[in-house]
Amino acid sequence: MAELAAVIASTHHPFYYKASTAPPDQAPPFAAEWVRKVESFRETLTRAEPDVLVMVGSDHFHQLWLDNMPQFLVGNAEEYDANWYNEEREFGLPRMHMRGQRDLSTHILRNGLDADFDLAFSNELRIDHSVTCPIITLRPQNDLPIVPVYTNIFAPPLPQPKRFVQLGRVIRQLVESWPSDQRVAVIGTGHLSLELGGPRQFGPHGPDPEFDAKAVDWISNGDLEGCLSEVTLDSLHAPGNATHGFMDFMLMMGVAGENAKADYVDTYDLFHTMEAYFTWYPNGAPA
Amino acid sequence: MSKYLVNKFLFTVDRDPALVERYRDDPRGTVEWWEAERANVILNCTTTESSTWLRFDDDERDALMTHDYPALFAMGAHPFLTLTLFIAMFERDYDEPLGFQLEYARKLAQFSLPYADITT
Repeated sequence: MAELAAVIASTHHPFYYKASTAPPDQAPPFAAEWVRKVESFRETLTRAEPDVLVMVGSDHFHQLWLDNMPQFLVGNAEEYDANWYNEEREFGLPRMHMRGQRDLSTHILRNGLDADFDLAFSNELRIDHSVTCPIITLRPQNDLPIVPVYTNIFAPPLPQPKRFVQLGRVIRQLVESWPSDQRVAVIGTGHLSLELGGPRQFGPHGPDPEFDAKAVDWISNGDLEGCLSEVTLDSLHAPGNATHGFMDFMLMMGVAGENAKADYVDTYDLFHTMEAYFTWYPNGAPA
Repeated sequence: MSKYLVNKFLFTVDRDPALVERYRDDPRGTVEWWEAERANVILNCTTTESSTWLRFDDDERDALMTHDYPALFAMGAHPFLTLTLFIAMFERDYDEPLGFQLEYARKLAQFSLPYADITT
């Protein structure tokens, strides 16, 4: 069976690409430290020597729209184009292209459906920065095939937080039951406290540092019980109007497992939002 | 109340560079044209299979025609759609990095929790 080589949870900050590729005289003052932290985080994936990446993210009204909105969707295609005109326009992100790992997509869909998760699928999916940002930060050579998994954290009515955790658990089971000798890393990105298009946006730090500290503690310690006891669809409005993206972190806690302490934790307090980086090695840290 | 239609306007304009410019330059004319010609087009269907029933409420039409993003926020338009499109139209008018984004936050400072429901 396939081996779960690493579980990685991260924020996805669309400004990283521009900040990290700007000439030194034009780079923002926080860029050098940001690059250092990202390169250190990247090493945690490199060391795991993955062959395949399962990428959990959320479409930001690019291909998925309100006339036909899936809650959880698995890409099932040989190839994926990526990034959109408005992401080039606002963030300077490049157009990208990725190979798909179709047999793993098919395995996840068939067995996920049989495990009572009514997953939607797409045979032609153009993916967005929720998946390409972690490729840029963690695997910039973009040389590995992927299985994209999209969650709806964006267009209410949303699934309950516990469903994200449950899906994470199922994804882990399905990766570990995939008849293959490949090493799989599951990478998911979300947000800590975040406000977009509201009065608390683009402040000197994230809109709710207290929530961020608590969230980092939950994730670092795999404290699903504590997290699920406090986080509800309603409660997530308080830290910032885009904080429902935290549920993708909860999904990744489900992949990592109850009380699984992260092997690597780092954060970076930026303007607008806090960056947070976590890695687990379910089968022990690589040598 | 047709939050969905307001969102559909923001979504379809935002993804078309020519429409972004047209809406910046002529908001009233663009909204009139869009409501007449585009509001009922189902996005993955041919125009012979369009809807027949979608129209803006008067306050929604007015807010879009006057680029009134605080009003759009108050009526529960999706804040990500509004922000993204308005950055595309107006960030260029500010010299400082994030100048428009911070002005946007200031204009919304009157709002406190709970914000308008964005469920469609």
